[in-house]
Amino acid sequence: MQRKAVSLISGGLDSLLATKAIMEQGIHVEGINFFTGFCVEGHTHAIRKKDKAKPKRNNALWVAEKLGIKLHIIDIVDEYKDVVINPKHGYGANLNPCLDCKIFMVHKAFEWIKKNNFDFIITGEVMGQRPMSQRKQTMPIISHESGAEDLLLRPLCAKNLPETKAEREGWVNRDQLFDFSGRSRKPQIQLAKKYGFEDYAQPAGGCCFLTDENYSVKLQDLWDNRGEKKYDLDDIMLLKVGRHIRPRPDYKIIMAREEGETRFLSGYKKQFQSIKTTSHAGPLALIDGPPLDQDQIELASAIIARFSKGKNADRVELDYSLPGSEPQTVSVKPLQPSEIPQNWYLL
Amino acid sequence: MVTQVDARRLLCPMPVIRLQDTIQELPLDSIVEITCTDPGVKNDIPAWCKINGQRVEQILEQDDEIIISVRKLNND
Repeated sequence: MQRKAVSLISGGLDSLLATKAIMEQGIHVEGINFFTGFCVEGHTHAIRKKDKAKPKRNNALWVAEKLGIKLHIIDIVDEYKDVVINPKHGYGANLNPCLDCKIFMVHKAFEWIKKNNFDFIITGEVMGQRPMSQRKQTMPIISHESGAEDLLLRPLCAKNLPETKAEREGWVNRDQLFDFSGRSRKPQIQLAKKYGFEDYAQPAGGCCFLTDENYSVKLQDLWDNRGEKKYDLDDIMLLKVGRHIRPRPDYKIIMAREEGETRFLSGYKKQFQSIKTTSHAGPLALIDGPPLDQDQIELASAIIARFSKGKNADRVELDYSLPGSEPQTVSVKPLQPSEIPQNWYLL
Repeated sequence: MVTQVDARRLLCPMPVIRLQDTIQELPLDSIVEITCTDPGVKNDIPAWCKINGQRVEQILEQDDEIIISVRKLNND
């Protein structure tokens, strides 16, 4: 009887190798990939024109294609909010709840194998590779709190861990698994070579925006100024785009930095107030907050004008628009750089 | 009958998820026509179709929109 495993495919090298190692042992493997909304993928590449040269591919799909396996992509945006907002094991260096995230994803995979009659779960975890989730002490926590227990097999570091059911029952041969540990990537690179994989994604800084300091600062600012830890998908997408400036606690300017971002932000004009220069070339900006009063419109416009071609002009004209309303023309003197305090800029 | 899916403004992998979830509910030989704005779909939807046994019938680009027609060939 051919045994079946589901593999958590992030799109990186480790999950590619872990999956391949188990397929080599005659196991039927299918991939599962969770979309949290924070994934670093084609998103920003698709938005920014300057990134047009980068390959716009979903790495998890690409890995599945390379391995010739099915991939199930699952939208967990709503369920994942609780992981981000209330992580039981806390955050890492930024707002990254890595341990809770791994527990959650393995738990979802555990539910999936029960529903689909699969036998066990594979991940590409390597002991000691990540400071929060991939440590010797946290590996049993993930197995236990996810509910997967010994149905979770980590092929790349299995020999450093107690036997799992798949090894005990002889579904896989433990001798053909690995004992990788630590942050060195050399063993993985050698194994990739052995399997004939020459091209693979190596995301610097991981595959999640929550590990990024600048992104985390903007998310924390969003929570602080809304007075509650909540977000929706549009919020977290917009945090990936543009220059964010908060001149007052109750509203924020999200300003396009180039053509690709302008096009992306234009899609939100039906939901957000927007300001665009008309007398000079300049950026489109969205306003995140309640409708602005006249003083706020003029301040926001003067800030936006500072980033336009009219930054040195006496007056710049802009259109302020509320969704569904006719634009209101505003004429302002652009602020000078020294008139915009540094603490208005969100990194 | 062609089932239309509007995935404009959505970034990958959301258009793929919309396609995947729509196609699951349809009988074999159905056609799904998905309209997208993320250029990443030109790689991702054909890749998804290939690994899941579905077929891309056509990719059309009109202004900033990409319209992809997919035929359901596989129920698994």
